[in-house]
Amino acid sequence: MILSAKYELMRKNFRNFAETEFTTEIQEKLDREGGFDEELFAKIAKNGFCGIKIPVEYGGQGGDSLAYVLMNEEFSRICPVGAIYANTPNSLGSGPLLACGNEEQKQRILPDVAAGRKHIVFALTEPGAGSDAGGTLTTADADGDDFILNGRKCFISGAPMADYAIIYAKTNRALRGSRGISMFILDMKLPGVSVGKGEMKMGINGYPTSDISMENVRVSKKDLLGPLDNGFITAMNTLNGGRLGVAAQSLGVAQGCLDEAIKYSKERKQFGKPICANQGISFMIAEMATEIEAARTLIYTTAIEKDQDAKDSFVKCAMSKYYASEMANRVAYKAVQIFGGYGYIKDYRVERLYRDVRVMSLYEGTTQVQQMVISGALLK
Amino acid sequence: MRIYVCVKQVPDTSGKVAVNENGTLNRASMQTIINPDDMNAMEAALKIKDATGCQVTAVTMGPPPAEGMLRELIAMGADDGVLISGREFGGSDTFATSQIIAGALHHLGIGDEDVVFCGRQAIDGDTAQVGPQIAEKLEIPQVTYAGEIEKDGNVLKIKRLLEDGYMTVEVKTPCLITCVKELNEPRYMTVKGIIECYDKPITVLDYPALENEPLIDKTTIGLKGSPTNIFKSFTPPQKGSVEMIPGTSQEAADALAEKLAKKHII
Repeated sequence: MILSAKYELMRKNFRNFAETEFTTEIQEKLDREGGFDEELFAKIAKNGFCGIKIPVEYGGQGGDSLAYVLMNEEFSRICPVGAIYANTPNSLGSGPLLACGNEEQKQRILPDVAAGRKHIVFALTEPGAGSDAGGTLTTADADGDDFILNGRKCFISGAPMADYAIIYAKTNRALRGSRGISMFILDMKLPGVSVGKGEMKMGINGYPTSDISMENVRVSKKDLLGPLDNGFITAMNTLNGGRLGVAAQSLGVAQGCLDEAIKYSKERKQFGKPICANQGISFMIAEMATEIEAARTLIYTTAIEKDQDAKDSFVKCAMSKYYASEMANRVAYKAVQIFGGYGYIKDYRVERLYRDVRVMSLYEGTTQVQQMVISGALLK
Repeated sequence: MRIYVCVKQVPDTSGKVAVNENGTLNRASMQTIINPDDMNAMEAALKIKDATGCQVTAVTMGPPPAEGMLRELIAMGADDGVLISGREFGGSDTFATSQIIAGALHHLGIGDEDVVFCGRQAIDGDTAQVGPQIAEKLEIPQVTYAGEIEKDGNVLKIKRLLEDGYMTVEVKTPCLITCVKELNEPRYMTVKGIIECYDKPITVLDYPALENEPLIDKTTIGLKGSPTNIFKSFTPPQKGSVEMIPGTSQEAADALAEKLAKKHII
C-alpha cells in the first residue's frame, strides 16, 4: 500500500526509534526479569509516543489511527513489549476519557498521560466477566457526593504501576446484561485500593499484569466517567481502537518473524546448500510474506476508514484483530519451524516472539469474540 | 535570536558507495542519511530553542531531494529550512561550498545575537573544513569541537574536546560553532512535528538568487571552480575479518592471550 510522504516519514521515525532503543539486551532483560522498565518507558514518553493519538490541546501529538497503527507495527516488529508500553496510554488508557470525559477530567488527566508522567490502565475484566459484561460483579453505590466501589478486577495490564484505572462497575443492579454499568476514574492511591501480585505469563514479560481489588473505596462523583448506567457501550468503542492496535502489534511481530526467518534460511546450510534453496522452506516464506501483506492492507484500510467514521469500521477492527493475530501465530510457528531446534532455544529471538505473539489472539477479546462481533453484524 | 544549523545529506556508509566517472560520489544512487555530527548540532540548537524560544533554521546545500532532510529536521523541532540548490553549485569542494553557504547566510542576514552551528565534519569527506571556512568568509569568530555549550546572554561558553584534553572558551555572538557527537544525544522526530513539517516554510536559494552575493566569487564555485580535484574515489577492499572479544578487560585479555598462544605468536 502506498502511503503519503507524511506517513512514510512516521514509519521511518518509529522504525529508527525501535531499532535504536529496543536493544537485544533490553529485550532479553524484559523477558528474563519481568517487572517494568521505567527507563525505557521514560524514553518512549520523552519522544511523545505515549500521546500520539491524544489531541494537541491535551498535550498529545494529534496523530490519527494510521499513525497509531504504524507505531504499533514498527515497535512490535522489534519488541512487542515496547509496543505495549507506548500503546496502552494511547488506546485503552486514554480512549474512554477522550470518548466521554468532560473537559475538567480531560484537562486533569490527559496531559500527564500523554507526557508519561502518569500511568492509566483499563480495568474491565473480572474473574467471571469481560467480554460478557453481564457477569460484572464490581459494584458502585451512590452515597452522598461519592460512590462506594467494591469488587475485584483481574488480568489488568499495567496495574502494578498504575496511577489511575478506568473501572467498570454495576451502578444499577435492576438492569440486566451490559446495561446498568458505569465507568469511573479510580485514583489508585485511594484508601481501599490494592494491587495483586504480578501474574507469571507465557510471554510479553516486562509489562506486569495483576489484580486490582477495591474494598469500600470512596470515589468522588466528579470521577464518574460518561453517562451513568451506560458505560459498557463506551468500553466497546474503546475496544475497537484497541483491537486495531493489537492487530498492528500482531502484524509487527509477524514481520519480525519473517525478517528473522529470511535471514536465517539464507545463512543456515544443510546438505551442502542454504536451507532456503529447498522449496519446503522457500514456500513457507512466500506464504508468510503473503499473509502479512494481506493483514497489512486490511489494517491500514481499516485505520483510514475508522478515522472517517465509516459505519462498519467496528466490524473491520474485529476482522483486523481476528485475521492479524491468527496470521501472526501461524507465521511465528513457521519461523520457529524454519529455525529447527535452534528456534526452541532462548538465544534466538524467534523463541521469544513465538511466546509473545500467543497473547495477540487472546487479549482485548479472543478470536472467537471477534468472530461473534463480525457474524453478529452480518446476521442481525 | 536566530540559530542557523548547517546540515549535509550524506551517503549511508552502511550501504555500498557508488562513484561517478569524474571521481565524485554518485549521490543519486545511494541511500542517504543526515550527517551524524550535524544531528548533534541540530540538537544543540533545539536545546537553546527550548530554553529561549529562539528561531532555528536548518540550512543545506544539495540537490532538490535534500528537501526531505530539511522536513525531517523541521519535524525534530526546527522552525524552517533553507535549501541552496543549483546546477552551478554541483561538484563544489569545501572551498567552493563554504563560499556559497557563507553567501547564503549573508543573504539571509546574520544579526548580532545569531549563531551558526555546524557538525564537526561530514562522514563522506571527513574534512572538517566547511564550518571553519564559513566562519572565515563571514568574518565571525569560530569555536570548533564543542562538547558542551552554555549560553549566557550573547556569550557562549564552550568546552572544546581535543585529542589530549579539553579547553574552555568564551565567545560572543555572532559566531560559528562546530559540534562533536559527545555534545548531546539528538532527539527523535515527533508525530506532531511530522504532521506539521509539510506546512512549514522551506526557502530555495538557487544560483540567480545568490549570484550577486559579494562573498561568492563565480569563478571559484562548482566542479570547475573548485581548487580541489579528486583523483579517485573507491570503496576500499575489505582487509580480512575482525573478531570482537567481549567481557571485562581481564577476561578479554585472557581470551586474547589464549588465542595468540594457540597460533604460536606468543
